[in-house]
Amino acid sequence: MPRDFTTGINWGREFKSSFAAALWMCLLTCPMVAFKINAAENTIDYRWNYLIYVAAGTFILSGVWRFMLARRDYIRQSKAEAEFEGPAPDAPRGPAKTWVDVVMSSKYRNQGIGVGLLVLASLPLWASPYTINILITALIYISLGLGLNIVVGVSGLLNLGYVAFYAIGAYTYALLNHYFGLGFWVCLPLGALASTLMGLMLGFPVLRLRGDYLAIVTLGFGEIVRLVLVNMGDITMGPRGISNISPPSLFGLDLNKVVKPVLLEWVPTMSPNLDLNKAFLFFIMMAVVIITIVVVFRLENSRLGRAWLAMREDEIACQAMGIDRTRAKLTAFALGATWAGLAGVVFAAQVTFINPTSFTFMQSVMILSIVVLGGMGSIPGVIIGALVLILLPEYLRAFSDYRMLIFGALMVLMMVFRPGGLIQSVRETYVYKPLEGGAGGEAKK
Amino acid sequence: MDYFRDLLISGLTKGSIYALIALGYTMVYGIIALINFAHGEIYMIGAFTALIASMVLSQLGMAGWGLLLAVGAVAVVYAAMYGWTVEKIAYKPLRQASRLAPLISAIGMSIFLQNYVQLVQTPNFLTFPDLIPEISFLEPISHIVNKTQLAIWIITALIMVVLTCLIKFTRMGMAMRAVAQDKDMARLTGVNIDRVISTTFVMGSSLAAVGGLLIGCYMQQIDFYIGFLAGMKAFTAAVLGGIGSIPGAVLGALVLGFAESFAAGYLSSDYEDVVAFVLLIVILIVRPGGLLGSSQTQKV
Amino acid sequence: MTENVMNNPASIIETQDVSMIFGGLVALDEVNFRVEKGSITALIGPNGAGKTTFFNCLTGIYTPTRGRILFKAPQPEGGDQVVPLRGLSPDKVTTLGVARTFQNIRLFNNLTVLENVLIGCHCRMKAGLWGALFRDKNTMAEENAMAEYSYQLLEKYGLSRAVNDLAKNLPYGDQRRLEIVRALATRPSLLLLDEPAAGLNINETRELKDLIHLIRDRENLSILLIEHDMSLVMSISEKVYVMEYGRVIAQGGPLEIKNDPAVIKAYLGEE
Repeated sequence: MPRDFTTGINWGREFKSSFAAALWMCLLTCPMVAFKINAAENTIDYRWNYLIYVAAGTFILSGVWRFMLARRDYIRQSKAEAEFEGPAPDAPRGPAKTWVDVVMSSKYRNQGIGVGLLVLASLPLWASPYTINILITALIYISLGLGLNIVVGVSGLLNLGYVAFYAIGAYTYALLNHYFGLGFWVCLPLGALASTLMGLMLGFPVLRLRGDYLAIVTLGFGEIVRLVLVNMGDITMGPRGISNISPPSLFGLDLNKVVKPVLLEWVPTMSPNLDLNKAFLFFIMMAVVIITIVVVFRLENSRLGRAWLAMREDEIACQAMGIDRTRAKLTAFALGATWAGLAGVVFAAQVTFINPTSFTFMQSVMILSIVVLGGMGSIPGVIIGALVLILLPEYLRAFSDYRMLIFGALMVLMMVFRPGGLIQSVRETYVYKPLEGGAGGEAKK
Repeated sequence: MDYFRDLLISGLTKGSIYALIALGYTMVYGIIALINFAHGEIYMIGAFTALIASMVLSQLGMAGWGLLLAVGAVAVVYAAMYGWTVEKIAYKPLRQASRLAPLISAIGMSIFLQNYVQLVQTPNFLTFPDLIPEISFLEPISHIVNKTQLAIWIITALIMVVLTCLIKFTRMGMAMRAVAQDKDMARLTGVNIDRVISTTFVMGSSLAAVGGLLIGCYMQQIDFYIGFLAGMKAFTAAVLGGIGSIPGAVLGALVLGFAESFAAGYLSSDYEDVVAFVLLIVILIVRPGGLLGSSQTQKV
Repeated sequence: MTENVMNNPASIIETQDVSMIFGGLVALDEVNFRVEKGSITALIGPNGAGKTTFFNCLTGIYTPTRGRILFKAPQPEGGDQVVPLRGLSPDKVTTLGVARTFQNIRLFNNLTVLENVLIGCHCRMKAGLWGALFRDKNTMAEENAMAEYSYQLLEKYGLSRAVNDLAKNLPYGDQRRLEIVRALATRPSLLLLDEPAAGLNINETRELKDLIHLIRDRENLSILLIEHDMSLVMSISEKVYVMEYGRVIAQGGPLEIKNDPAVIKAYLGEE
């Protein structure tokens, strides 16, 4: 395919364009890059050599950029042409399959999932405590992403303050644990419930607002919650946060004291530094994620989920189908909040110390990016999005100074070259299976 | 009474700065319905460029009004260049994409620019010099209104007048209004959409740079993070006034400035930021289109 | 306030002095209108006459400024009851048995054809959050029955080969057809079609005519349509209303309308 658009390349022109881009970038970044303010002596350090790097970098990247854009537009156009001519007579009908669908529809699907789960479950026995900790974070973000996916991906309600519900869950556990000594298992449902209630409270007045207004109101709500947490110092300890939150207990056993010595004797590969509380949390989080996946999948393919999808696609037509819009919005919003609350409780148990800086607008952005980069409305997409966005910065620590820079640039690049996300959502297909006696049966794939 | 007056003055000053930033949000939103999250960073870059320019130019021996004007010019030109480039890289390739894609791209751009400035300059606070020369006739009332506040009001008011004229009376202004109404129709009547959008970004960025310069003079320190909260507040102001409406953005910014100032003065300075968002939620619930926005009925 | 009595017991829907005023603009001016049960009624008029506004008033998207809309809603236990529609939200109106299509097609583009129809079944289903999460027997039975029903509906109206295609990938004519099928899935007793022939070619319009007849006979419902295609209107409707500037200026059988001087004036202007 690329043959068709690479043949016409005018090298002279491309060279000129890249050269112009390099010059422009030099000019643009000149004051910021070449003139470094020396705050101590109140003078300027000149770094003209940096401009050479900028020029060289831009020259190359500009060429790559234009090549990629041309390729993207070419592919888009040839797709549009193919659609215009109509599908080939023997072309498979229905939406295109991604590799995830191929994997998921293969014969060995169940065995594959089983092996995968076993490998994951055995991780605490051989992986480093550091890895386990990161994986717990990744799992928390998967469930946050899946929760937000209900709101943004499935229902089309742009929520920029999702982190507020996460914070409410975390603080519910932290405060109840701190003041009343309540344990993890009691607080898990309570945290979820508190978030749901807040979701309903916010949802009632604001859900009739149009898309972008809803976005900004939820953003405002997120900030309000954070600022209240900062300023209600008497109860929430303000910016200092709450520490010594209890880890989850297993029938009242102290895992690190009682179970660990036994395990260490039996499993030589296990790291002696392993915090068994963390390992337990890892299992809890795996269970939460599996439950979340099942729940989201079932919701998406139910009467309620279809109402959400209809709402996302067209609000007017959705109402004309007899769907109570307010109710559908409210359930989606509250359910999303519930998941954030659950994840929040686990988060508090994981880090055992929380303060308001864990719940800034950047966190909301992070979760939204997981949903959008992964693929809106697609469960495997969100999972992969969460893994990429959480693990990538962890493993980019080698470039620790540059990782947020790279992260920002990647977000832009993804949107330009793959706006549908890593894995696009595919609708469930139905197969018609006639039954005996003329009665029909309809079964999902 | 004096206390009230002081709060009024600081509210007006804050509101003026918010207005300068909010205009960029509202203009861009009016034309391509995009929440330009990177706009706050342009404002921050404007402030940084102004600081660098002031240091370089004062070493070259400039001072007084000449220095202020030159610094302002450099900041405006560079912010405009950044705005233009950001639009070309992060938004233009996404014209046909879904509504969320440019938004995420904007957020990515915002993160990128923040970290870019942090890396090439410094993560710490920098002192911003007092660039505004003494205004002699202000001497008798300088305990009430200082020169920086006065300068902020006058400059903001002047810019509003110029901007209104530009949009009302120039060909480009007319083209902008046409694109805001109906992009396809404007294209059919021969308006160059890309140029209009670029111009909008350039204008919005220039205003933000003026805001950045003035906030530097007012607060006397800046860092790479100032764009974030200011951007969020300014966007709130734009929505408050009715996004897409230019007088709305100014009104919303002033309302927000006063509300914050009085909240800090009479309630508690801790809740200064909460007030902005509570105000936003309350106003949107009562008037879903914003103060001056029209709540149009959707066509079926 | 008088009670909700229809002027004519044979009507399925009646409006009594319905007016709609936007700001100072009178979009509908005391419209008195009725659809006979089981009939095909057409509403015609020049662009901007208020036809779609009238539809929007009937379906609850707008609340008329004044007047009454009475609808004979079928009751679950059989028989029917006259209900006032004014002030109800669109979803309530649909649930009572008024379904509609839109002038500019409003399908759920990124969902499959079958899902579009299944969403139409929404108001005839009961499953809630618990049913969706636990997939109990009743929910699954309902889900399967509805999928089955939707499939058969699609088959009946010639769309069964495309069940798993995304709605946006259908040819234009099929999209119009799907929108009608989707409206049928709400099991209406009154079907409102807003310019169903817009954008169709002559053949497709002929097919549409057959389809409308077929639907009326098979599904046992009444149809009200807005249309500009005069040959279609004249050949299928039993009664025609003509609107201009928000008022009904003529009503009667197709032939009467064709020769009505007021209608000719509205369409062709005066000498």
